[in-house]
Amino acid sequence: MKQIALIALCLFSLGASFAKEATPLADDPVTEQRLISISEEMRCLVCQNESLAGSRSDLANDLRQEIRIQIKEGKSDDQIRNFMVERYGDFVLYRPPVKPITWLLWIGPFVLLLIGIAGLFTYLRRRNAAVSNIVLSDDDNQRIDALLKNAEQDKKGVP
Amino acid sequence: MKMKFLIPLVLFVLLVIFLAIGLNRDPHELPSPLINKPAPAFEIAQLSESNKTFSPASMKGKVWVLNVWASWCVACREEHPVLVELAKSQLAPVIGLDYRDQRQDALAMLARQGNPYLLSAFDANGRVGIDYGVYGVPETYVIDKAGIIRFKHIGPITMDLLNQKMYPLISELQKL
Repeated sequence: MKQIALIALCLFSLGASFAKEATPLADDPVTEQRLISISEEMRCLVCQNESLAGSRSDLANDLRQEIRIQIKEGKSDDQIRNFMVERYGDFVLYRPPVKPITWLLWIGPFVLLLIGIAGLFTYLRRRNAAVSNIVLSDDDNQRIDALLKNAEQDKKGVP
Repeated sequence: MKMKFLIPLVLFVLLVIFLAIGLNRDPHELPSPLINKPAPAFEIAQLSESNKTFSPASMKGKVWVLNVWASWCVACREEHPVLVELAKSQLAPVIGLDYRDQRQDALAMLARQGNPYLLSAFDANGRVGIDYGVYGVPETYVIDKAGIIRFKHIGPITMDLLNQKMYPLISELQKL
């Protein structure tokens, strides 16, 4: 009895999952291609780490359907993007527009890079300055020459 | 010069502060671009009387609350008593938007749990929901007399939210 119930449950859930599949409005590949190129650049709001193109949530299905309709109506990509931004905000876009509130987001990494480079240069300059320049006198040079000569002779002397 | 060794510590504390703020934020709560914009127009059938329609234009001159709900949404059930409380206060009419639902299921839920709504509009395919930027039911909007959205809350509303935010806002909007 339990097994029959289990099989029935499996069949039922299978049917349910089929029923959830959205019927594609446009079978022509051009529309689908545009749909994918637009929706890959958008975030699914229900499951925020998925793109609108890849998400299987009901809302994503609805929104893809909406985009299909708008493509059929001859709307441009920008018009469709605006439609989405007007409703869900800049957050739907994976590439946020450059405007005052997103300046930090866009320029921040480069500012950090510049700060890093500036820090590196000051550090290197300071380190170079720390190594004092020693001026060698003639006596010193003669001593060095003698030491080097000795060292060379020692080397030759070894069989 | 002596304080130099403190620099990494200060940087670390700053990082911890940023992360703490980030962790305590709900990533599902997004600022709605619809705030201070006119409530999108629609005209769809009502839930209980399918031969009648509802349009936000009919609410002009009133401060009202639009609540997006569905019988399949668990958080809506949790929120339901709060809505009943809001309706009881009679501060503002509550209109429901039954989102992607089955008519019988929705009516059964209202019969079981009480009906806080003046009426519910029946958004079977979720098209109106898209215009309102709905992405997680329940969502609640406060709309002023001129039909401008003044407040949006995503997720179930609580008694605290009612008392601290929505009641003061509604009474203020009533005065305008």
